[in-house]
Amino acid sequence: MSAAVAEHDDHDDHHHDDHDHGPAKGLLRWIITTNHKDIGTLYLLFALAMFFVGGSMAMVIRAELFEPGLQFVDPAFFNSMTTMHALVMVFGAVMPAFVGLANWQIPLMIGAADMALPRMNNMSFWMLVAGVLLLASTLFMEGGAPNGGWTLYPPLVLQPITVGKALPFAIFSVHLLGISSIMGAINIIATILNMRAPAMRLMDMPLFVWTWLITAFLLIAVMPVFAGAVTMLLTDKFFHTSFFNAAGGGDPVLYEHIFWFFGHPEVYIMILPTFGVASTIIPVFARKPLFGYASMVWATASIAFLSFIVWAHHMFTVGMPIAGELYFMYATMIIAVPTGVKVFNWTATMWKGAMTFETPMLFSVAFVVLFTMGGFTGLMMAIAPADFQYHDTYFIVAHFHYTLVPASIFILMAAGYFWLPKWTGHMYNEKIGQLHFWLSAISVNILFFPQHFLGLAGMPRRIPDYAIQFADWNMISSIGGFIFGASQLLFLYIVIDTIKGGTGEKVSDEVWEDAAKHGLEWTLPSPVPYHTWITPPTTVPTEHVLDIH
Amino acid sequence: MNKVKQLFASLILAALGLGTAQADYTLNLMKGVTKVSNDIYDLHMLILWICVIIGVIVFGAMFYSIYHHRKSKGHQAAQFHENTTIEIIWTIIPTLILVAMAIPATKTMLELNNVNESDMTIQVTGKQWYWDYKYLNTDIHFESHLDEASEKSHRTMGADPRLVPHYLLNVDKPLVIPIKTKVRFVLTSADVIHSWWVPDLGWKKDANPGFINEAWTLVDKPGTYRGQCTELCGRDHGFMPIVVIAMEQPDYDAWVKKTLEQQKQKPDLSDQTREQLMAHGESVYLKNCVGCHQIKGAGVPGLIPALTGSAIATGKWESLDGFLRAGTSKMPKFDKLNGKEFAELMTYVRNNLGNNVGDELQPKQTALPDDDDE
Repeated sequence: MSAAVAEHDDHDDHHHDDHDHGPAKGLLRWIITTNHKDIGTLYLLFALAMFFVGGSMAMVIRAELFEPGLQFVDPAFFNSMTTMHALVMVFGAVMPAFVGLANWQIPLMIGAADMALPRMNNMSFWMLVAGVLLLASTLFMEGGAPNGGWTLYPPLVLQPITVGKALPFAIFSVHLLGISSIMGAINIIATILNMRAPAMRLMDMPLFVWTWLITAFLLIAVMPVFAGAVTMLLTDKFFHTSFFNAAGGGDPVLYEHIFWFFGHPEVYIMILPTFGVASTIIPVFARKPLFGYASMVWATASIAFLSFIVWAHHMFTVGMPIAGELYFMYATMIIAVPTGVKVFNWTATMWKGAMTFETPMLFSVAFVVLFTMGGFTGLMMAIAPADFQYHDTYFIVAHFHYTLVPASIFILMAAGYFWLPKWTGHMYNEKIGQLHFWLSAISVNILFFPQHFLGLAGMPRRIPDYAIQFADWNMISSIGGFIFGASQLLFLYIVIDTIKGGTGEKVSDEVWEDAAKHGLEWTLPSPVPYHTWITPPTTVPTEHVLDIH
Repeated sequence: MNKVKQLFASLILAALGLGTAQADYTLNLMKGVTKVSNDIYDLHMLILWICVIIGVIVFGAMFYSIYHHRKSKGHQAAQFHENTTIEIIWTIIPTLILVAMAIPATKTMLELNNVNESDMTIQVTGKQWYWDYKYLNTDIHFESHLDEASEKSHRTMGADPRLVPHYLLNVDKPLVIPIKTKVRFVLTSADVIHSWWVPDLGWKKDANPGFINEAWTLVDKPGTYRGQCTELCGRDHGFMPIVVIAMEQPDYDAWVKKTLEQQKQKPDLSDQTREQLMAHGESVYLKNCVGCHQIKGAGVPGLIPALTGSAIATGKWESLDGFLRAGTSKMPKFDKLNGKEFAELMTYVRNNLGNNVGDELQPKQTALPDDDDE
């Protein structure tokens, strides 16, 4: 590669490289590729497919909960659906989608020719596929897929009458997914720290790059913890250890502590890159620099740090000493400060802008509003005594879905609309995009807002059937769910349509008005050539950091 | 006689229930019936209003901006992107709000945690899938299962749960406590993690196997308060409700007396007709076996063996009897059942659920000498 670069530099001043070989021909291209754009595409398409798989499971859940009584599924299968829905969405859809975005965008945004470790990049993708397929295969095993919740709490998940043959397969799948994530994270860190254009200092990097750098460190820190926890489950089950078995001197609550030491950073792994994308999109459509760039970076780093020291707020009712309850309550409340800074910064970025509302901006604004609502309920749950009521009810379900669906998922949609024209050179159909947005934004609230009421009224989560007084809001929530699910088919249509040619309109290099002021990727041709930044750019957009220079 | 009473009572309840147990559009947390639950409600409202006010300010500014600062209105974009003063302000103000919020929250947390000076203690043991209540320092000890009407309804595809009073929130034997008395709970579990929650009392607490948690309540108002298990505990997690009845002290004393007398009663070992054996056997089955072996005895493929056609269930009754009393690594032992219940259960299992052994067992056959002690 370096030889090719050197040769290239000698003969050509432009960063087009017409003489370089393109991708391998045929299907093999997608299997052996080491190109960051191809791997990014693979990640994104795989995540989209898993989004529909996990979504179908959610449809099963909402169909069963449409009315009280059991209509469609057995309670154990229902539990498998909630478990698999979570695992598929977290490890199969949201995380891979952000890794896909990182693959596509980080090299383009920092002026690097590719990811630092291209072969490992290929391997981490295919290991992800193997992991998710292994997980999905448990659906067809004797005794069904894991049904002890995505948290896999012992002793339930180790019980022979609860989980059949699936457990070791699910655990091995977690190992594969963990290795895949760690390799992805190493690659991202290596790329960002080593391959930036010489002109780009750390405090010049776009926020998406910053948030991913921090997220990658979180991944490296916590994925091994999760792998360790599930390995302990494995030895408890098959090798007669007693890590989590009180009869042998262990403690089931120990697992909860280990799991959430992983689990809390994990939820931030899904939201920090979301913040990065939002901070990238909003300035472009407000035609203003991002407000408070430096404070955004520090807020992200603070949130990442805090994520390691608040885990037991997932376990307020587990029976902790009072000092523990109070400490975890205070620590959790502090997270509201840097998160608030971010929301204020986005609002200030919009303030006195010259805004237009194309689909990516619509999704981003909806993200700011609806994520903030999820943040508010998060603050409510931080109040430990109040959490004694909220814990493990639909209030919690509403909370984390607000921070994941109209936040992470909406921003992934926004990113799709924002960068697809750049990647493909085709414009998506704005009318259908707007229709997709409005249907999604309205139905997601019909789906999740009533779940706050259900939780406050006393409906526990993870139940297939419920008392009559919960019937009305559940039916409304299910209707919202079906509309939301169906609306996502529009997104599938738009993605396919745009790849095939979209509106036929020729998009400019900038795609969006003055976008080149905001990011390096907009200075490249549309569609982006197969190889980019063979010669690193000599200047980088620093509109957002004017005062620092 | 008892059956007739139960039927009558449930009919009346159903008639009342049709008016009251309908779906409603409850929006907010309940205040509950204890001081702590009211404190928690106040905390909930305080933090909710703080969030609403912040939301109105932030979203108000955002929507003002969205409406006025748009390109289509000819608004020119300003180019500011930093303002140290305002950034310090919007870091400090939320911090102050949080500190103010932490003070009442800490007070309530300390109160919730104070189990001292209680007047009585009840041991709560979560089991798949019912609750076991033991009044410490007394002989009162009973199990609390989902009531039979809900049990049958939720296990019948297409049954209308609206016809069942307090569907899924009713039990056969509720927990009874006196009002104006500090009741301490010690919670544990016999199998997996459960969580004991009655919203009107204001808290939930996990029941962890091998460990003991503590909690307390002091109810001011007589009444019936309902809740559910809130930690996923397997296939029937949704079907192990909690009912607490709080009574005036004299009523409670009468209940204690009656319960102790009932517990001392020896099982009636007189012969029953086949119909009686089968009907009672179904009740025993619904309470003890159905969670795993399912309503038709089909079990769960790959996890739980079927009773239909099972060699153990349809073999010699003496070996079935021994099997049930001993349990296995997967199945708990059922030596808690008395001779009468064994006769009823075995007759039911051997002649229903797709089996047809054709025998009938009488309580006198299955009773062991020490069954009389129960």
